[in-house]
Amino acid sequence: MTDLVMPPVLLGPLLPTLLVLGAGALVLLLDLSPRPQGKEVLGAVALAGIVGALLATLARWGKSGRAFHDMVVLDNFALFVNVVICYAAALSLLLSVDYVRRSRAESGEYYALVLFTTAGMMLLAAAGDLVVLFLALELMSLSLYVLAGLFTQALASSEASMKYFILGAFASSFMLYGIALTYGATGTTNLDRIAAAVAGRSHDPLFVIGMGLLLVGFGFKTSSVPFHMWVPDVYQGAPTCVTALIATGSKAAAFGALIRVLTVALRGAQPDWTALLWIVAVLTMTVGNVAAIAQSNLKRMLAYSSIAHAGYMLVGLVAGGMSGGGSVLFYLLTYTFTTAGAFGVVTLCERARAEAVEVGDYAGLAERHPVLAAALALFLLSLIGVPPLAGFVGKFYVFGAAVRAGYLWLTVVAVLNSALAAYYYLRVVVYMYMRQPEGAPVTYAPSLAGALALVVALVGIVALGVVPAPFVDLAQAAVAPLVR
Amino acid sequence: MMVPESYYVGLSAVLFTIGVIGVVIRRNPLVMFMSIELMLNAANLALVAFGRRVGNPDGQAVVFFVMAVAAAEVAVGLAIIVTIFRLRRRLSVDDLSLMRW
Repeated sequence: MTDLVMPPVLLGPLLPTLLVLGAGALVLLLDLSPRPQGKEVLGAVALAGIVGALLATLARWGKSGRAFHDMVVLDNFALFVNVVICYAAALSLLLSVDYVRRSRAESGEYYALVLFTTAGMMLLAAAGDLVVLFLALELMSLSLYVLAGLFTQALASSEASMKYFILGAFASSFMLYGIALTYGATGTTNLDRIAAAVAGRSHDPLFVIGMGLLLVGFGFKTSSVPFHMWVPDVYQGAPTCVTALIATGSKAAAFGALIRVLTVALRGAQPDWTALLWIVAVLTMTVGNVAAIAQSNLKRMLAYSSIAHAGYMLVGLVAGGMSGGGSVLFYLLTYTFTTAGAFGVVTLCERARAEAVEVGDYAGLAERHPVLAAALALFLLSLIGVPPLAGFVGKFYVFGAAVRAGYLWLTVVAVLNSALAAYYYLRVVVYMYMRQPEGAPVTYAPSLAGALALVVALVGIVALGVVPAPFVDLAQAAVAPLVR
Repeated sequence: MMVPESYYVGLSAVLFTIGVIGVVIRRNPLVMFMSIELMLNAANLALVAFGRRVGNPDGQAVVFFVMAVAAAEVAVGLAIIVTIFRLRRRLSVDDLSLMRW
């Protein structure tokens, strides 16, 4: 038994997370202040917190920091994922300001919870220890369960919240038991020390079962088949601005943590997990795309499409190495702008005072709201992977990495899947441009903040699509210290 | 008399399995919820037992974090269940079928 040593308290690596948490606490306090004020102030404070965290993250680029006995590792990898998460949270906040007011669900807690879940995501990407990983995951998930049920009077929202909660807590328990078994097999919860402890004996049954259970939890959070059943229901039922956050931020954080666990703790067992992920990637892509074809609800269709995109990212993970890992990080960035934008258009459209979510609702949108229709069309084209938009470049690098690593068949499956996906994305475009609306036409719910979010997302997908090279280089540099 | 660690680990595995079965076969969200708590506590037991075997206090320290998380989870979970009950006046996951496929 060793003596307990107090670790030195270095708050530097935690600064971005602390800024977000501080803004969250401030929002809660301001909400309680007796002076009556609009909730927009709270939204502005929340946005300021996120922007502050983004700036703090960018300022730390290149300065790797470890704190609390290597429990928090804020290296370039975590910083890159943090940037993606900050963009996801900022876009979601901008989209939500007018959306939640219109839905009469505006409250100070909403903004505080968005900030808390963002802090959880950022910590998750920087977790160097399984304990921090579990805590960050729970901070992220518990806030998201509540956010999904924000519309307490709507049955669909409560139902989504309940399903998300039961299945999410179930998956977290698997993850925790996996952590316990891994600790039993290695005597530590630190990722680096786990790798050192299992070097040469990575087939220890206790360790294999523990890591297997851990990967089940990750499969749930990254919405990989066969742990994807919650995704369509939660994405459909949750408020659309929350859906955008679940689809982008929480997925980026989960992929960040997954990449770190796989490349650091499971360094010695790469052939084994590569073979496993190969199968999961094929299943995830195929199930996501095939199921999306049958959907008539736009949010549900985008949910299945996000499952398919998780499959493409797994392809990059299978490819491995610097180019594979870097391509996944870059894909996360392109996917975040594209998906947040697509859900953003949905938050701005309403029909007869209700949300317009059926694909048929969007018939004839191009005639009355040409800008909105063009924006949605661009986001969908980027999701298909049409050059010169970001989605194309993202896919190009992921598939390129897979080909270079020798996974030709996997790439063939992925390309066939992207072709299949074009069908259901283009169907929406066809409805918008070539069909006449039935019943009351869809109207634009005016929102300056929402329009700003769409502009940011559009600039993002065009810029990433036209000049991808610097961002890809950054992504690869971010992964480099992990893969070594 | 010392009870070997493997007994504790075995018990935790049994508790975890009971929890999993509970979540899968029961239809009442409260009971499913209790089963999830059982799974978390099974993990706690395993952590403490392994902590004694490997001879460092990490495992026991983790348990405190897990208990705090489990308490937060209870608060959120019960709030969600109450919201559903107010809208439905019934409590069974079979009713949660508004969204399918």
